[in-house]
Amino acid sequence: MSRAALLILADGRFPAGGHAHSGGAEAAVAAGRLTDAATLETFCRGRLHTAGLVAAGLAAAAAAGHDPLLLDDAADARTPVPALRQTARRLGRQLMRAARATWPAPALDALAAARPRGAHQPVVLGLAARSAGLTPLDAAHAVAYETLSGPATAAVRLLSLDPFDATAVLARLADDLDRVARRGADAAERITAEGTDALPAASAPLLDITAQQHAAWPVRLFAS
Amino acid sequence: MTLAPPPPAHHERAPAPSTAGLRATARMLARAGGDGVTRLPVLDGDGPFALRRVGAHGRPARVCVVSAMSAPLGGDRLGIEATVEAGAALHLTTAAATVALPGRTGEPAHYDVRVTVGEGARLDWLPEPLISAAGSDLRMTTTVELAATAHLVLREEQVLGRSGEETGALRSRIVVRRAGRTLLDQETAYGPGATGWDSTAVLGGHRALGQLLVVAPEFEERAVEVRLLGGAAGERPAAHEGQGVLAPLAGPAALATAVAPDALRLRRLLDEAGRSAAAG
Repeated sequence: MSRAALLILADGRFPAGGHAHSGGAEAAVAAGRLTDAATLETFCRGRLHTAGLVAAGLAAAAAAGHDPLLLDDAADARTPVPALRQTARRLGRQLMRAARATWPAPALDALAAARPRGAHQPVVLGLAARSAGLTPLDAAHAVAYETLSGPATAAVRLLSLDPFDATAVLARLADDLDRVARRGADAAERITAEGTDALPAASAPLLDITAQQHAAWPVRLFAS
Repeated sequence: MTLAPPPPAHHERAPAPSTAGLRATARMLARAGGDGVTRLPVLDGDGPFALRRVGAHGRPARVCVVSAMSAPLGGDRLGIEATVEAGAALHLTTAAATVALPGRTGEPAHYDVRVTVGEGARLDWLPEPLISAAGSDLRMTTTVELAATAHLVLREEQVLGRSGEETGALRSRIVVRRAGRTLLDQETAYGPGATGWDSTAVLGGHRALGQLLVVAPEFEERAVEVRLLGGAAGERPAAHEGQGVLAPLAGPAALATAVAPDALRLRRLLDEAGRSAAAG
């Protein structure tokens, strides 16, 4: 296993299209719920322990070699609004293109063929991590980090937030991120005994509601 | 003069359970008769659950769950099991809100609802809200098994704290399977011990949240249209009225999700969603 592969996968410049998405931050800014570094931190903590935890479980499970199509179904059952299912699949398709070029593997080809419109992004990420020789816990870390870095980067653009302050928010959430990644990886280990029900299913009602609302905006800076 | 006996220890309910808490499971079975009337060959209340048949006999059979004592308290293990056989219809309500209260031992309470709905059968499970009182700790699960042609309307409302008080700890998981495939899997975790729940990404200061799930074979042909509810429908969401969304799941089902400042405004949003889902 190469530690550098994890840096490549988690790098914001990895060409997987994530920069076009705010992770719900654009809607939260418009609603006046996200206004500064302090509210960015509470927003990110909430997203990490809900959507981030679910994504960490899925990614760790895919990295552990569990059936990606079953995991894709499990992701659908945990994503109750179509706006977020479409976003997850669009991001999954873009990540798939980058991953197949970066770490070619038959398992990636097979998932791309089975889900031509894209599998859920955390599932693709987990499989990409596996192809890169990374562990389930690595995959969980990478995907959980993305659930924070997306809103933090978007908040800099949307609020003209000081990038130093936004990065400090990420640093303050580092321990939370470690815990969430560990919980996701632990849950993935229980799949063999319990099936995909073992995976976290934490929901964030406001993220669901505002994602669907945001998708209906005629003009927006971010795709989600 | 004899000494008066000491006053009896105060018990809110009888028979007094051991400190391990109360164990009780109410069971009901709905069966279609040849005349189109749904009968209830099993209607067994238990512990805090008294089951009352309400309304005239017909399709559906109507049952109201009446709380015979204050429950769940910490340490209790309560369950409700309902089976609706092929072709039958059951309409299930509760007489009042369920209040999760602290127990004597600090043990969590468990409350498990299991329902099974057969081919061509219908279940409406429309309980009053679950209120998480300060200091309580409740783990709730709702497990639904649906046949491919089953019809389900299920409402779930949670209120975090009684008026003006902090919330207790409330963890709830709902898993809905249809024809063996998982249609919905959602977990909520609020209050002490949960992290990030009181966040602008999760509740945004709201204290009442709920879902209305409608599963209907006809959604296979035509999915319900997305509809924004309450403040979510406005240009700038108004926090005071609550907000929600009604949207199709990845399967023949529609789910409304809503958050609101209180139970009354939450119910308004879910009723609005219910009318939309029924109108298709």
